[in-house]
Amino acid sequence: MTTFDPKLDPYASSRETTEGTVFSVTGGDWDSLVSEIGESKEERIIVNMGPQHPSTHGVLRLVLELEGETVTEVRTGIGYLHTGIEKNIEFRNWTQAVTFATRMDYLSPIFNETAYCLAVEKLLGITNDIPERASVIRVMMMELNRISSHMVALGTGALELGAMGPMFFAFRDREIVLDTFEEITGLRMNMAYVRPGGVSQDLPAGMTTKIREVVKSLRKNFEDNAKLLIGNTIWMKRTEGIGYLDLAGCTTLGITGPVLRSAGLPWDLRKMQPYCGYENYEFDVITADTADVYGRFLVRMAELEQSLRIIEQAADKLDRLEGQPVMVADKKIAWPAQLALGADGLGNSLDHIREIMGSSMESLIHHFKLVTEGFRVPAGQAYAAVESPRGELAAHVVSDGGTRPYRVHFREPSFNNLQSTSAMSEGGMVADIIGAVASIDPVMGGVDR
Amino acid sequence: MTEEKTGMFGASGTGDTSGYGGLVRTAASIGSTERPYGGYFDDVADDLERAYPDFADAITRVVVDRGELTLHIKKSRLREVAFILRDTLKFEMCMGVSGVHYPDRTGAELVALYPLLSMTKNQRVRLEVATSELDPHIPSLVEVWAGNNWHERETFDMFGIIFDGHPGLTRILMPDDWDGHPQRKDYPLGGISVEYKGATTPAPSNRRSYR
Repeated sequence: MTTFDPKLDPYASSRETTEGTVFSVTGGDWDSLVSEIGESKEERIIVNMGPQHPSTHGVLRLVLELEGETVTEVRTGIGYLHTGIEKNIEFRNWTQAVTFATRMDYLSPIFNETAYCLAVEKLLGITNDIPERASVIRVMMMELNRISSHMVALGTGALELGAMGPMFFAFRDREIVLDTFEEITGLRMNMAYVRPGGVSQDLPAGMTTKIREVVKSLRKNFEDNAKLLIGNTIWMKRTEGIGYLDLAGCTTLGITGPVLRSAGLPWDLRKMQPYCGYENYEFDVITADTADVYGRFLVRMAELEQSLRIIEQAADKLDRLEGQPVMVADKKIAWPAQLALGADGLGNSLDHIREIMGSSMESLIHHFKLVTEGFRVPAGQAYAAVESPRGELAAHVVSDGGTRPYRVHFREPSFNNLQSTSAMSEGGMVADIIGAVASIDPVMGGVDR
Repeated sequence: MTEEKTGMFGASGTGDTSGYGGLVRTAASIGSTERPYGGYFDDVADDLERAYPDFADAITRVVVDRGELTLHIKKSRLREVAFILRDTLKFEMCMGVSGVHYPDRTGAELVALYPLLSMTKNQRVRLEVATSELDPHIPSLVEVWAGNNWHERETFDMFGIIFDGHPGLTRILMPDDWDGHPQRKDYPLGGISVEYKGATTPAPSNRRSYR
């Protein structure tokens, strides 16, 4: 029989470094680790959490310095999901760039697309020429997307704190929204549906009726999670007073979105600096005054209902605007958007094909140039911001007058807001970090881009 | 705006049959805007001039374009102007830093842009600071807006702009030992070999037989 050697423990091997003993914990038997740490006289230990940790929302890495169970310092490591989207966009034309932008924050693709397109439209000077139907569709899609995004925030946030039921309800409701997306755009996520000048295609026939049914069932479904969590003693014990960040902290750290509104400031770009015609919708800006995880949870829960209100109003507007164009009239910019589904399962504009293939050589040349090289955008720079589910999502777009963006920078709310992890968690318990990070609702695809 | 363009579609080395292949368009510049700027932009400029006596010396250009106000600031004065914009003009929030690389602007190749937001007055303004590639130093604004911390690290990572006074200016998105700054215009897209467990796999763009 061999004696037990902690250095050879397959689950918690250790080695000596200049900073002290380093344990590599891979799950399994924690007893040997605990016994060995117990022998050490030092109270202070450093725990490396992530980047592969289920409750860190993907590949977030947290380096925690602990005194017992109290967190004395949190450092956040990011970059594990950096895909160079901003660099890639510089090598594609203005329309193709949408397919990159949509993949940043994969829970809110429509917002990424809209922020980028609004900036490009500002550069083109066509902001006021966007057809009303296109703007209303954008608003409706954004609000549906806000619901699906908040559903992930609420569901996974609850799951990470040990509540499994809310996750099932949340993903059931998110599925309803994603099915709607699939019916409208053909894809559940990363749809590249919003394009510079409008949207890629009109809604399928009878969609507004369907949307109203979706709103009705969602409104009923939301009660399940509300009943489960609002006022739930266990839930409140895990969230009340946790992850505190007041208004001064939010402003100096540039925090926007539900985290800022949970500190009591009704700042919502949809109200304050409306875009896409948000000034024509009736809805309330939800705030809380607790500046903690529970407040952010309540803000998100209440925002769901406001999104439903906006979707209902958008559906009414869409009925009124039936048959109107969904793409800007300027043929130098607009791709054909009135599409019909072909036998091959792809959308095509039959009228447009008839024109370019059958009757007009000029149209064919224009179409070819537009699709292969794209349109030119006058030189200059523009900044367009939208209120995404996580706060101010903005695109800073620079053009040198060419057919490709010269530089696109996304001001990602997740990237910015994640900086507050330390401020929210230091001085608290280890277990509360999870709640604090979940309440920021970071999406690493957006953080790292 | 940035460089001289030849050809109709900026294409070169391709069979451009548009007939405009010989067209040369010279670089255009937006220049600076004269008063009145319109909207609240005049108020911002007035307030800043009142609160900051060195306005004329520190601010090299004021540009109003596409409904946005951009103040071009000498980098040596950036911190002073930032403090006044925050404290007196109530621009409480800086929405981050965006970098741009203009290789043809000799002596001002690297540009940092700061979109500011005043929630009190519901206004936006953008600061623009340029610096040379040879001396890529710009004062850090982390002391003014703490949230700039990561944004400045990102701009350092991507463009190599060194923000003086930053509490810990390290790479944030790329690995710590990465060479070069990927968002610079002279940095290629792709072409980086992947090293994994000792073996090196060439990038797809270097793998093709017809190269």
